[in-house]
Amino acid sequence: MILVEEPGLFTTVQDLGRPGFGPIGVSAAGAADVVALRVGNRMVGNPEGAAALEMTLSGGTFLFPNGGMAALAGSDFGAAMDHLPAPVWQTFEIPRGGRVRVGQTRSGARCYLCVRGGIDVPLVLGSASTHVLCGLGGFQGRTLRKGDVLRIGKAGIEYRARAGGLPDALQPRKTLRCTGAPQTGWFSETDRGLFHNSIYRVTEDANRAGLRLEGPVITAPAGGHMTTAGAPLGAIQVPASGQPIILFVEQQTTGGYPEIASIITADISSVGQLRPRDEVRFECVDLATARDLLRKQEEAIRAVH
Amino acid sequence: MAHLEATIQPASDQALLVSFGERITPEASARVRCLLHLLLRDPLPAVTNLHPAYCSLLIRFDALVADHEELENRVRPLLSVLDEVALGSPREVEIPVCYGGEFGVDLADVADTHGITPGQAIDLHSSATYTVDFLGFAPGFAYLSGLPTELATPRLASPRRRVPAGSVGIAGHQTGVYPFATAGGWRLIGRTPLSMFRADREPMSVLAIGDRVRFRPIRAEEFNA
Repeated sequence: MILVEEPGLFTTVQDLGRPGFGPIGVSAAGAADVVALRVGNRMVGNPEGAAALEMTLSGGTFLFPNGGMAALAGSDFGAAMDHLPAPVWQTFEIPRGGRVRVGQTRSGARCYLCVRGGIDVPLVLGSASTHVLCGLGGFQGRTLRKGDVLRIGKAGIEYRARAGGLPDALQPRKTLRCTGAPQTGWFSETDRGLFHNSIYRVTEDANRAGLRLEGPVITAPAGGHMTTAGAPLGAIQVPASGQPIILFVEQQTTGGYPEIASIITADISSVGQLRPRDEVRFECVDLATARDLLRKQEEAIRAVH
Repeated sequence: MAHLEATIQPASDQALLVSFGERITPEASARVRCLLHLLLRDPLPAVTNLHPAYCSLLIRFDALVADHEELENRVRPLLSVLDEVALGSPREVEIPVCYGGEFGVDLADVADTHGITPGQAIDLHSSATYTVDFLGFAPGFAYLSGLPTELATPRLASPRRRVPAGSVGIAGHQTGVYPFATAGGWRLIGRTPLSMFRADREPMSVLAIGDRVRFRPIRAEEFNA
């Protein structure tokens, strides 16, 4: 079991998400950086989709009364296990009564504590993911608090302790690749050019539901309104203000602002590592390239052992 | 329904958008519901999620397993049989609402806009029967059509940072209930004591697509009971 001594800024239980409930307005949720979660789980011999703790910007302190085996994945939050440093992308053993302290981010927005056996919470509609807005899944449907006690699941397959970084091919990116969206053609060529040739900065208004950006103002077509339609994960909306919004893992399932582009699936994990004030660019690719990049990412994840 | 030609286009590298025009009409909405019904009854391989809206349906799929063309080829044949889909009779749902005062801070403004009294606005809102066109925006948030035109009022110029859970609002020709305390720009005319969405209940959402909805005025005492 794990006793939460300090929860951190915004820590939730996440797995690969709960797709399939769009018809009742519930987005899939799931890890903000799926690549980190999957690789982290592989490192402790878990199935890739095992539930882990997702920490945001600042981590917590976790006591393991019965010990365990864990790995930190994602951004470097400067962690320690008792008095030893616990670098990201390394498997480490936790003795009985051992304590994992996770600090403040030194790189991106999210760090995962993957524990061998996974975090054992009741599955809700087939998933352990926390959907914070509607209080669904995870640990009591909410972010962790001081004093929470989490159970660790039964360990499955054998593992090989691993030390080393994340392969270059899987590093989070600041240039996000996009394909067209249904309303891309509504935007003038000038505005599309402006969008793809400018730097946008992530504002403080960035969370699992979406990230508001600021930068050169794009003229929103049709006054920034359209008939509300289903919006994909990674859709980049442009409301009347002309400042783009990225829809993220706990997104609204539909939206009424025209979309200028959609971030490719392979780069969604990179969005999960963006912090307020980070600067991003958007590069246009076609669907065939997007598919190819996703396949390559998949191969790179499977090559980690 | 032949005039409602469907268009199918990529919405992202893992999503396809099927649209039945751009206009909000009962016909377009019926087509969305029929297609949704078919896709829920006989799920297509690789499809992971469905996001219905007024006149479109977003189909999410696993891009490692299928591509847009493959999926489009599987969806196209369904479009020609939509007319044969029988959706069954809709459920009827009644939602108690305490109108005005602290529960509906914009009721007086809405009534003023239309030159009617708040009481008349309540009568109008609670005597109509609405249809759930789809759920979106937030879990359990139903977009209801059927608002009497005498009540149609534009959104607030600037959204409120926090709208209390259960708030009943008006935006243009739509009305709806906020299941959670979220930011929102709809004009608030009342509030329901019902929990519109609860994760620990089956079904989680009070409303489902296609439901027929009526609002029943209640007093503050009943709201607080």
